[in-house]
Amino acid sequence: MTELSKRGDPSPVPAEWTYAPAPESRDIVQLQERYGLYVGGQWLEPAETYETVSPATEETLAEVGQAGETDVLAAVEAARGAFENGWSSLPGSERAKYLFRIARILQERSREFAVLESLNGGKPIKESRDVDLPLAAAHFFYYAGWADKLEYAFPNRRPRPVGVAGQIIPWNFPLLMLAWKVAPALAAGNTVVLKPAETTPLTALLFCDVIRQAELPPGVVNIVTGDGRTGAALVDAAVDKIAFTGSTEVGKAIQRRLAGSGKKLTLELGGKAANIIFDDAALDQAVEGIVNGIYFNQGHVCCAGSRLFVQESIAEPVIEKLKRRMTTLRVGDPLDKNTDVGAINSRAQLDKIEELVATGRDEGAEVYQPPCRLPERGYWFAPTVFTNVAQSYRIAQEEIFGPVLSVLTFRTPEEAVEKANNTPYGLSAGVWTEKGSRILWMAQRLRAGVVWANTYNRFDPASPFGGYKESGFGREGGLHGLEPYLAFDGAETFGG
Amino acid sequence: MAKAPALPAGFELPLKQRLPRIGSIDQVAVEMRAGELAKRSIKRESKVWALELAIRCCDLTTLEGQDTPGKVAALCSKALRPDPSDPAVPSVAAVCIYPNLVPVAVERLAGTSVKVASVATAFPSGQSPLDVKVREVEEAVAFGADEVDMVIDRGAFLSGRYAQVYDEIRRVKEACGDAHLKVILEVAELGTYDNVRRASLLAIAAGADFIKTSTGKLPGAATLPVHLVMLEAIRDVYEETGRRVGMKPAGGIRVSKNAIQYLVQVHETLGPEWLTPELYRIGASSLVNDILMQLRKEKTGAYQSKDYFTND
Repeated sequence: MTELSKRGDPSPVPAEWTYAPAPESRDIVQLQERYGLYVGGQWLEPAETYETVSPATEETLAEVGQAGETDVLAAVEAARGAFENGWSSLPGSERAKYLFRIARILQERSREFAVLESLNGGKPIKESRDVDLPLAAAHFFYYAGWADKLEYAFPNRRPRPVGVAGQIIPWNFPLLMLAWKVAPALAAGNTVVLKPAETTPLTALLFCDVIRQAELPPGVVNIVTGDGRTGAALVDAAVDKIAFTGSTEVGKAIQRRLAGSGKKLTLELGGKAANIIFDDAALDQAVEGIVNGIYFNQGHVCCAGSRLFVQESIAEPVIEKLKRRMTTLRVGDPLDKNTDVGAINSRAQLDKIEELVATGRDEGAEVYQPPCRLPERGYWFAPTVFTNVAQSYRIAQEEIFGPVLSVLTFRTPEEAVEKANNTPYGLSAGVWTEKGSRILWMAQRLRAGVVWANTYNRFDPASPFGGYKESGFGREGGLHGLEPYLAFDGAETFGG
Repeated sequence: MAKAPALPAGFELPLKQRLPRIGSIDQVAVEMRAGELAKRSIKRESKVWALELAIRCCDLTTLEGQDTPGKVAALCSKALRPDPSDPAVPSVAAVCIYPNLVPVAVERLAGTSVKVASVATAFPSGQSPLDVKVREVEEAVAFGADEVDMVIDRGAFLSGRYAQVYDEIRRVKEACGDAHLKVILEVAELGTYDNVRRASLLAIAAGADFIKTSTGKLPGAATLPVHLVMLEAIRDVYEETGRRVGMKPAGGIRVSKNAIQYLVQVHETLGPEWLTPELYRIGASSLVNDILMQLRKEKTGAYQSKDYFTND
């Protein structure tokens, strides 16, 4: 027995359990050194190029084209040609076949796209793998289903495509925003010229290969890369509709530019969403919702729950739980499967976040960041929470578009509604309570396009998404998302 | 149920007034969180670390009508040396058996690190008079059990007689003396996560050293979301009082990958402090051999057939 008992002694064990690196392999992605502009089914050689980098390492990934005015005009002309020579008169069921094909190819190549998305954009691979890619494919599947049912979707209104759509998308969900824009446009019978964001063009360029595989007729989808100048040229070109997702500032400029032009316009702009926690909410799940609301995609989410309103009676335990939970967030290599928070998308965005966080400190808010070691190269910002924030602080007013949360308190449901609505934005809101009646009461009063109840940042292609006030107008997703891409006999709907 | 009866006078969780004393669980969100945590990718040295920990935390269990002294003796040998060909593999935490077999195990395990745990209180249903249950616990402890795994009276709990459940646990805890008390909630019979949380806090308030998911006698025993709900109850009590309560999932954990998912939850919910057999156990019978197979694969680079691992 004595011999046995010795052998039975537990072996010495290291004190901490550290997860070994679990990186997703990059080998699946074949990057070209240089990418042109995709116009009329051909690659055009751009006159000017710029480098696109990985924000996690600052390594240069590829050279991409900076489309000038003539390139944009060529793309619009190609789209016009494709619209007039067949695409718009193709039966809906035929258009649907192409969309179904694209959706299936995206699913088949999802790992490749997910890795490239994380590489070029800095978002954690688990998000691009589990959120961006499945949703992008789902959007194509969903709108493929509508393509031959437009007459039923809009009975007695004789829907017809508007023509050439110019689409300008942001860098936070590059491929997903492409899907949100391209899928309904094609389903409705339009052709498109799409400009990806300056910092994240690569998945859109890889999407050109999906178009080729799907044998989409040339000119139906054209992709021109570049900075704001390319976008401005597209807005001014002879398109019939502009769909823009991005900052409120640029959205306003576009709206001014288009005033009186007769071009249809939809804008999906910034947000400063209220995430409201009542004292009867399931607290641990609410804390998960807070974390998901603001640290998902490094807070680069227009509907991010960046203002947390906690009922004062539970503010202390909620903040304690939140801080504790933040210590388990894993910040680092976007390609590591265990990473929760990745890299900030660009140097410019990092500068903006740092500036706003500095004003928060100056204004007197209390800041907390969990201990975490940030990589030396690349653009990084630790998850941050500000407490003791007043409604008047800049960090409670302006969109930070980073992993920075401002915590405010309220006492009654009326006060929560009043404070939540007291913002120029109105994209989304979250309500956490066990009371069903209170959820409905709040949802009726919150001036926000989306109100999530006991969840946050949940998307579905069947559900419309869009803003109130300075968060824009027009809806994407669902039946509503088709309307901006259709013209109807009789009355035009305002703004889209 | 028209109105929940008031909590018993003794049910004083020393939680701050401001924190809802019981609170509720959102089913969709807790299942989502458990699903997210289950995706952690545990590789190489961190996997070996977790697998060895899982063995050290194992309560090697046999709870059959056909259990005999011979069967329990074999189980004890396995508990001490799970892998006779590899002395680096540690012993398990305890063997978990019926009271009548406790003397056999005590004899085989005396002087070793492996504890003897006995189920009691009319396991698995708990549907017997309290005096009988208490007597059973006293006998098991007298036989030398280091730990007692009791079941709560689900009939009483589900009919809202929380005070009765509470009192029973108190009585059993007294009867345990120095033996550690694990309270089995039998979550598969509780029906909702709200009930799991309520029962967890009730058991902790009544003096449980560990809370345990299941008897292993029902399908749908331990699940990842239920485990998470119980860990969060333990964490809330710790945060408010500093008291550390142990956790034991049991039933249905058969493969290494699953065991690691449970450990990840503990690591990220309660922290590294709980990653010890003092505070964490896994009730299992077939799990150990799967872990041994994985460990040997990590060490040699190749999987070996089941025939190379002993069935006890």
